[in-house]
Amino acid sequence: MHRLPPFKIHAACGTCGIIDRKRNRFRVHDLVNAMANMRERGNGLGAGFVAYGIFPDHADDYCLQTMLLDAAALDRTREYLNSVCTVVHDEVIPTRKTATITDEPLLWRFFVQPLAEKVAAKAEWTEQDYMVDVVMTINRDIDGAYVASSGKNMGIFKGVGYPEPIAEYYRLEDYEGYIWISHTRFPTNTGGWWGGAHPFGILDWSIVHNGEISSYGVNKRYVQSWGYECTLFTDSEVISYLFDLLCRKHGLSIEMASLAMAPPEWEQIDVEQQPELKKLYSAMRQVYPGALLNGPFAVIAGHEGGMVGLSDRLKLRPLAAAEKGDKGYIASEEAAIWAAAGQPDRSWPIDAGKPVRFDLQEA
Amino acid sequence: MALSVLAPEFIIKRDPDLCIECGVCSRQCSFDTHTIDPEDGSITSDAIRCCGCQRCASLCPTGALTIIERELTGRSHPNWTLGAQRNIARQAETGGMLLTGMGSDKPYKNIWDHLVLNASQVTNPSIDPLREPMELRTYLGSKPDRVEFDDDGNLLSEIGPLLELDVPIMFSAMSYGSISLNACKSLAAAAAQSGTYFNTGEGGLHRDLYQYSDRAIVQVASGRFGVNPEYLAHSAAVEIKIGQGAKPGIGGHLPGEKVTADISQTRMIPMGADAISPAPHHDIYSIEDLKQLIYALKEATNYTKPISVKIAAVNNVIPIASGCVRAGADIVAIDGVRGGSGATPTVIRDNVGIPIEFAIAAVDSQLRKENIRNQASIVAAGGFRNSADIMKAIALGADAVYIGTSALIALGCHMCQKCYTGKCTWGIATQDPYLTKRLNPEIGTRRAANLLRAWGLEMKEMLGGMGMDSIDSLRGNREMLRGIGLTKEELEILDVAPAGM
Repeated sequence: MHRLPPFKIHAACGTCGIIDRKRNRFRVHDLVNAMANMRERGNGLGAGFVAYGIFPDHADDYCLQTMLLDAAALDRTREYLNSVCTVVHDEVIPTRKTATITDEPLLWRFFVQPLAEKVAAKAEWTEQDYMVDVVMTINRDIDGAYVASSGKNMGIFKGVGYPEPIAEYYRLEDYEGYIWISHTRFPTNTGGWWGGAHPFGILDWSIVHNGEISSYGVNKRYVQSWGYECTLFTDSEVISYLFDLLCRKHGLSIEMASLAMAPPEWEQIDVEQQPELKKLYSAMRQVYPGALLNGPFAVIAGHEGGMVGLSDRLKLRPLAAAEKGDKGYIASEEAAIWAAAGQPDRSWPIDAGKPVRFDLQEA
Repeated sequence: MALSVLAPEFIIKRDPDLCIECGVCSRQCSFDTHTIDPEDGSITSDAIRCCGCQRCASLCPTGALTIIERELTGRSHPNWTLGAQRNIARQAETGGMLLTGMGSDKPYKNIWDHLVLNASQVTNPSIDPLREPMELRTYLGSKPDRVEFDDDGNLLSEIGPLLELDVPIMFSAMSYGSISLNACKSLAAAAAQSGTYFNTGEGGLHRDLYQYSDRAIVQVASGRFGVNPEYLAHSAAVEIKIGQGAKPGIGGHLPGEKVTADISQTRMIPMGADAISPAPHHDIYSIEDLKQLIYALKEATNYTKPISVKIAAVNNVIPIASGCVRAGADIVAIDGVRGGSGATPTVIRDNVGIPIEFAIAAVDSQLRKENIRNQASIVAAGGFRNSADIMKAIALGADAVYIGTSALIALGCHMCQKCYTGKCTWGIATQDPYLTKRLNPEIGTRRAANLLRAWGLEMKEMLGGMGMDSIDSLRGNREMLRGIGLTKEELEILDVAPAGM
C-alpha cells in the first residue's frame, strides 16, 4: 500500500465541488460532467470524490472507509478497530469491474463508535482526538492498511484513474449527498497510487488540491507535533490536517484558519490602518508560521457545515466560484461549472488568500 | 628566559626597489615587527614577531611588502605533526596554557559544505524577489500555541514580548573589553540600521550605546558585569550566558591591564582589576536555579523583554535546550564548536563541543516532538561564513543566527587570531587608544550593515528560488536540503535525505 512508483509526472490538477445549501441530496451526475470537462487537468494517475450526507442510516457513526492491501490487512484492521471501537456495522465498499480501473485494493467500510472508557482514559482527549489517533495508528502501524475517510455521514472514494471511471467503479450513481467534491490528478510530488489520490480527509474534513506547496516540510513538521502522522508523503494530505487542527482543535473560524494558511504579506500588515486588524494579522503570522502554505495552491475543502474554496496569497492557481439557486459551485475553471449546471446566476473568481464559503443551512 | 627555538610563522618579503622607507609598516605594527633605524632610517623586520595580520602589507603605499605563511619545516611524522611539536615547544618555553583568539581552525568536517539547497522548477514556480515581496522578517520569543478569540470574535491572545528582525541575522555577544568601543559602536549602529540586534556580551552597556537600547541584547553572565536596573532597562532583550562555543565550560577573563577607566565604569569593577566571569554562575547549579534567574529577570523587566539563554553545543544539548525552554527561556541561543572567542585555551577551543549543525537539527526536532517549539526561538551561532550557511541553518530549524567572526571580518579583521594579546592592528580587539582609532565607527557601521544587506539579498534570492516568499516556510524545512558525502547516521540526525532522493 505504501509503495511509491519511482517516477514523477509534472503538471496541474482539476477540482470541482457542488453543494446544496438546503441539504437537498442530489446525485453525482453533474459533477462527473464537470470533471470530464477538465480532462486535460488530469492524466489518469488519480481521481476521487467525496460526498456528504450519504449515510443517513449511520449519520451518528464514524465511517472509516479503508483501503487494504489484502485480506490479512483487513483482518488486522478489523482486529484493531474491535479493540478500540464498537464496530456498529461493516461491509465491503460496493464497486463494479470496469475496463480501466485496475490494481485496486480491498475496499472496506466500518461504521464505528469510539469506546467511551478509552476516550476518557486521556484527560485531554475529546472523542474526535481519539478518533484521529485511531486513524493515525492504522495508517502508521497496520501494514497494508490506509484510512481514506473517517468522518460521519460522509465518504471518500478515490483511486488511480480518471474521474469518470472512478465514479463508475465506485457505483457513485447509487449515492445521494448534499455536498460533492471531486479531483482529477496530475501528480507532481508523488506518483500515481491509490492512497495518493485526492480527496484527503480526516474526520469530517476533506480536501482536494491543485498546486505544490513549497512549505511542505515546515507544514508537515508542524502538524506532526500536534499528533498528525503524515504517511502519504504529499503536501495535499497536510492541508486536510491543518484544517482539522486549526478549526477543530484550535477553535478557529474558517476565515481565521484561512488567514493562518494564506496570510497577508508583512508589507500589507505594516500599512494596515485599523490597529485591531494590524494586531490580529501580526498575531496570526507570529503564532502560525508553521501553518503558512507557501507556493501555489487552490483548495476546495468540505466539512460538516459546508464547503470552502481557498487559494494562495499570490493566486498562482485558478479557482472560480458560482451559485445557482440553492447550489454553490467551486471549480478550477468556470467552464466546469457551466458543464455541471449551465449558466450560473452569479460567478466570480476567488480572490487570493480569501476563502469563499458555502454553508449548509441548519438541518 | 632562554631564547625561543621556534621558527617564525610568517615570511616577510620586502622589495627593496619598491620600499621608500616611509615607516608606515613600523607605525602600523603593534607587535613591533618592523623597526626603523634611528641613524639611517632604514627598516628591518623581525619575522618572529609577525602575526600575519596583513596590516602593514595592506597599508604599504608602494606595495613593497608581502607577508606569507611559512610552511612548518622539520622532520614530519604522521602522529607527531610539526604543529603538535611546535605547540609542545611553546609550552616547554612558557609553562602555560596555549591561548588563542577566534574560532577553531581544526579541519572538522563542515556539514554546511555537505548540504545543498533546493530550487523550484516547473510545478511550483520560483519567485523573483525583485518583483514580489520577499519576507525575511522574523520574530524571536515565546509565542502561544494558538490564537484565541472571545465569543464576539475579538482577539484575546497577547503575543510577546518579541524581537522583530528584518533579517534573521544578529551580531553575536562581543563585550566592550574584548573589542573596542568603536567596534561596539559599529555593530550597534549597523544593527539599528539593518533592523536587527547586537549583543553586549558580558561587558556591560557603555553609555554611548544607550541610543541603541532598543537594538541591544544585554548579557547577564556569571560576573554580572554592568548588571543593574538601568542596564536591564536599556535593552530589547536579556540573555543569560551559560556557555560559549569556543570555550564550553570555561569562563571569561579580561586581564586587568585592559580594564581602562571606561571599561571599569561600564563593567562596574575597579580600574585595573581582572574581570573574571567563571563558567558557573554561583546562583545556578541546576535547571531550577536557572528558572529562578529567568523569572527574576522577567520580573525585573516587568515581562516586557524576552529572556534568552545562551548555551554551548555539547553532548547533551537536546535535554539541556529542552530544559531551558521548560525553565521559561523565550530564546535559546546555541553556540557550536566553531564559535569565536577573544581569548581561550587552544586545547578547549579545538576539542570541546559539537558542530552547530547537529545541535540545531537535534534541538529543533526534540522541541517539536515535545510540542514546545512555539515556546522558544532557536538562535544558532558558531562560524557562519556566508548567507548559504545561514539558509541551511534555518532549514535545519534555527529561527535566526548570531554572527561574530564574519561581522568582525566585515569591520576589517584579518583572522590573525591574536585577539587575546590586545594588540589588534585593525583596532577591533584592542583597548589601546592608538589602535582603536584605526576603526572609524561610521565606516565600520557601513561595512557591517553592507554585509547584512548583501546576505539578505542573497537569502531572498535563494528563498525565491525555492518557491517561497517567506522565511517562515524555510524554518525547519528539511525537505529543502539534501546531503552529499554524509554518513547514514549524520543524515539521520540532520533528518535530511541524501542527494538523489
